[in-house]
Amino acid sequence: MPETHPAHAHQFETPEQQYEVSTLGMWAFLVTEIMFFGGLFAGFIVYVTFYAQGFAEGSRHLDITLGTVNTLVLLGSSLTMAMAVHSAQLGRRSRLLIFLALTLALGLVFLGIKGVEYSHKFHEHLVPGPSFRFDSALAQNVQLFFSFYFAMTGMHALHMIVGAGLLIWLMVGTARGRFSTEYFTPVEVTGLYWHFVDIVWIFLFPTLYLVARHQ
Amino acid sequence: MSTEPAAEHPNYLTVSHTVRSWLLTRDHKRIALLYLISISGFFILGGILAGLIRLELLTPQGDLLLSENYNKVFTLHGVIMIFFFLIPSIPAVLGNFLVPIMIGARDLAFPKINLLSWYIYTLGGIFTIVAAVTGGVDTGWTFYTPYSSIYANTNVVLTAVGVFISGFSSILTGLNFIVTIHKMRAPGLTWMRLPLFIWAHYATSIIMLLGTPVVAITILLVGLERALHIGIFDPALGGDPLLFQHLFWFYSHPAVYIMILPGMGVISELITCFSRKRIFGYQFVAASSLAIAAVGFLVWGHHMFVSSQSVYAGMIFSFLSFLVAIPSAVKVFNWTATMYKGSISLRTPMLYAFGFIGLFTIGGLTGLFLSALAVDVHVTDTYFVVAHFHYIMVGGAIMAYMGGLHFWWPKITGRMFSEVWGRIAAIVLFVGFNLTFFPQFILGFLGMPRRYHMYPPEFQVLNVLSTAGASILGLGYLLPAFYLLWSLWFGAKAGNNPWGAAGLEWETPSPPPVENFERTPVVTEEAYAYDKPQPHAVPEASRA
Amino acid sequence: MTHPIVPVRLYVLIFGALVALTVLTVLASLYDLGGGRLHYANAIVAVTIAVTKAALVVLYFMHLRYSPRLTWVFLGAGAFWMVILLVLVMADFLTRSWLPIATWGG
Repeated sequence: MPETHPAHAHQFETPEQQYEVSTLGMWAFLVTEIMFFGGLFAGFIVYVTFYAQGFAEGSRHLDITLGTVNTLVLLGSSLTMAMAVHSAQLGRRSRLLIFLALTLALGLVFLGIKGVEYSHKFHEHLVPGPSFRFDSALAQNVQLFFSFYFAMTGMHALHMIVGAGLLIWLMVGTARGRFSTEYFTPVEVTGLYWHFVDIVWIFLFPTLYLVARHQ
Repeated sequence: MSTEPAAEHPNYLTVSHTVRSWLLTRDHKRIALLYLISISGFFILGGILAGLIRLELLTPQGDLLLSENYNKVFTLHGVIMIFFFLIPSIPAVLGNFLVPIMIGARDLAFPKINLLSWYIYTLGGIFTIVAAVTGGVDTGWTFYTPYSSIYANTNVVLTAVGVFISGFSSILTGLNFIVTIHKMRAPGLTWMRLPLFIWAHYATSIIMLLGTPVVAITILLVGLERALHIGIFDPALGGDPLLFQHLFWFYSHPAVYIMILPGMGVISELITCFSRKRIFGYQFVAASSLAIAAVGFLVWGHHMFVSSQSVYAGMIFSFLSFLVAIPSAVKVFNWTATMYKGSISLRTPMLYAFGFIGLFTIGGLTGLFLSALAVDVHVTDTYFVVAHFHYIMVGGAIMAYMGGLHFWWPKITGRMFSEVWGRIAAIVLFVGFNLTFFPQFILGFLGMPRRYHMYPPEFQVLNVLSTAGASILGLGYLLPAFYLLWSLWFGAKAGNNPWGAAGLEWETPSPPPVENFERTPVVTEEAYAYDKPQPHAVPEASRA
Repeated sequence: MTHPIVPVRLYVLIFGALVALTVLTVLASLYDLGGGRLHYANAIVAVTIAVTKAALVVLYFMHLRYSPRLTWVFLGAGAFWMVILLVLVMADFLTRSWLPIATWGG
């Protein structure tokens, strides 16, 4: 066997096998995430079918500008993440570091804007629970809508925080010279995770923010 | 690998003795043993709780436990047995140990994640035990809303967290198996040459990956509702408790296939070895595992026939539930056909296999009773259901687990157990099991509801029989604990292949070396090639 | 190592398409596309656009376009299973009103 790369694990015959196995493993994990968020989406779709009015009312109280900005921010972070993987493939260390940092920055911007939105909702008494106040016959359904809003965006934000942690770990590894054209699997695999979190938002945005803007 | 002569090579047990080398191991074989210890502990706990239930039900009055505490006991019995014993058992112990060896690999695809899954499992268990000793939970293992989300005063959130965490252990194990089986098979080991044990674990892993996340989010939502008033299931807000039931059973029905499929994989190995014959209809048995995994996701509404679910949805679920029985029946027919004109030897693992086939068939057929809408209206939430699932889970899954444990014991430990005591225990288990659970079919049909600690006096005789059976069943589990542990110090040393079985795991020493094989094996023939002459054709004589 | 290296130009193009589709979906939501009669029209358009955006991210940013067929099978299974959940759950809720015994309130 040729001289093994320091990252070559003993259970694999070749580095190629290790790369294929690692990426397949991340895809398998993303399938579990599809089902995880899928449960939330299924519940939402059931209720929005029967409580269209209340859910539309709730949706209209979300800030469409902030939501759209956040969508664009996250799409941008997917671009920078793809560029990071690209840099890793070419062995361009400094570019890799820069794109990872940009991705992290955009992710933090997203979380910041989310935080602003949450605080708005808190002040408008739209957080479900004893402090919820909404002047309308549809108040209970609106509270149901906001239960989904916080559960779904909260879960998504949690996943973004994990993603941010992964990006920091990658940046440390890059600085230590861990990645090269022969071995950049962690970058690729983190990229898959990050893009997936972006895709969840691609569905969350119209689902929550655009329910009935035309009414 | 090493080309030294076969002197004293360390095996995976002797290579290192420190506690650290066990708790930080990446060796799938050691991780399997860590799981064996943990799940055995949980089994004892769950068994004690079962004992309390049966003790209470000796008399018609609720005189041993208050109703609230009885509710906590059966809830905990269910949670522990399902999430912390049955779901991990065969995959995490036998699967972890054998999957890499059976496919000729040095380890699973992700050894560190394998170790992580054990720690996650342990953490989930700790949460659940803490929840139990600090007040318990009384919602039933099914956590139905709105009781669990709004009205219960017990440790719902703590238990939910424990179960949620353990779900990740399951997901990681399934992920590891699927990727390993796809990408790390030895040269020449095509899909159609795989042992059926591998097919069964592959199908199980599919269910673990696709189902567990849904129950994870569902339990999380119950916890959020209790803790943060995010009321998805709250009727006051327009929430529908049935949404919880749909999401819960979407996983929990396929979960029962997680619990039985690996057992079916074990039985295929046992029947072929102890009939010294190729499996009848290999492709059908392999395909049936996948069919059970797939169709098993389409039947969950049969748990909700009387819940106010739409009658038309009920009809669809009923029809699909009849369909899902077909692949299971295929397996039973093929095992039977394998035994026909085979050279049967009644060794201990084979006794367990026989027990499985009979008891699983009864359990499966009673499942069809329950799939019929009209019958289910009569027997749902009675002891008929309790008997049905115990026939499958105890008469089926646990018998398969015991059979597998005995079959691969020499490979795992390098020791043979006492064959005489093995057979005695298997028979004691079989008798005790039937005495415990057959009366429950009758009780259920007569109308005794489940989850009640008091009942009309006319049901007492059957309950007493059941409790008597439970004590014999307990003995049936205690005996192997003794003679298996005894064998670790005093049992005869086992060679590579004490049973004369076919399979890659029998071509490596007992216990195996750390890297499983001296050289990566190359596979040239199909599984269960018992009709071909083999160097290891004659099984070792057993020592009583 | 295994994937061909996607040109930067293509990444930027895809990003541009994603931004355009985002603007499109926001604009589309402001109009009643069903003309007051077809209630689901807006939802159908929004879902179609979202699926298109997701497809672009999956195919190009996540390299599915250049990945082995097994990866496609995994992803397809995940999507299909989510559909199973949705369809059978909705089958219950949508057919409850067919039997005029109990109605599911709104």
